[in-house]
Amino acid sequence: MNNGRSTIPIAPAGSTKSAAFEYLTTKKDELCGWARKFSLFPYPFVTACCAMEFMSVSSSPYDTDRFGAALPRFSPRQSDLLMVVGTVTHKQAPILLKVYEQMCEPKWVMAFGVCATSGGFYQNYAALAGIDRIIPVDVYVPGCPPRPETVIDGIMQLQDKIARQKHAIITKDF
Amino acid sequence: MSAAIFDSIRSQIGSLAADSTVAHGTLVLPIEAEALTGLVQTLKSTFRFDMLLDVTAIDWPARQPRFDVVWHFYSTTHKVRVRVRAQVSESDPVVASLTPLYGSAAFLERECHEMYGIRFSGNKDLRPILLYEGFVGYPLRKDYPKLGEQPLVNYREGFDIADRTGN
Repeated sequence: MNNGRSTIPIAPAGSTKSAAFEYLTTKKDELCGWARKFSLFPYPFVTACCAMEFMSVSSSPYDTDRFGAALPRFSPRQSDLLMVVGTVTHKQAPILLKVYEQMCEPKWVMAFGVCATSGGFYQNYAALAGIDRIIPVDVYVPGCPPRPETVIDGIMQLQDKIARQKHAIITKDF
Repeated sequence: MSAAIFDSIRSQIGSLAADSTVAHGTLVLPIEAEALTGLVQTLKSTFRFDMLLDVTAIDWPARQPRFDVVWHFYSTTHKVRVRVRAQVSESDPVVASLTPLYGSAAFLERECHEMYGIRFSGNKDLRPILLYEGFVGYPLRKDYPKLGEQPLVNYREGFDIADRTGN
């Protein structure tokens, strides 16, 4: 019923306990994962018709703001979710790679639609057959274009993935 | 209306395009490649074909000469279209550029050049326009492999370029 997600315990009616609390205990990875999964700043790398569905899923009827993933950042340096929305050609691949490399850690990548996932029906000399050939992808959203529900499902799966990840505070780069 | 203008074009150019036909309301003029500039000059100045709509080519792999180069013109005065077609060989695929007559020819000829390898003498800028520098071959020729990708970025481990060119 709750899809395995943890629920927030609510104090029963008539409880005499105070609502104020002085401390809580948790794990570093759980705390970082919880914070990070609700503050995804997407960078929309939008190249093709899937953009229409991206606009739809961002707008109020579907409202990705509910997942903390509403505010597109138009600088890769300020974003942590690269949404590759549409076909990427070989001519464009160096640009995509550059954008990805400019993003700061931690960063995640969503392949939005079949073209970004596998090239879709563009199986030819011009189109890149899936962005995972040049950058690592965390979540693949199928569909041509994907329905907004599919995109939301993709965002939620990515959130689960982030929540389960190790979140290194000190890395080799820092 | 269009029949009258077609008849007057035919009588004016005469033997330049002896096998002219009308297909789908368009006058089709098969010509020798050398006659192109003179013919188009006549079409533009005498018959007011003031728009160059498209420059493309057709690959006939089994035929000699191998390529047709095709131009489409439109007259905003007479509201009719004309298609001009010339054959060029694979060994020397050269035709004259129409850039002195139509500014729009510059980009259209660049595309035709990168896709079919037709050279347009007189066009000073035949860099790739849809493809990229370093692309080898002409992808709309029928002997170019459909999956013959030429990536600019190194693939990640586990992905192979050669797998896709074996078609």
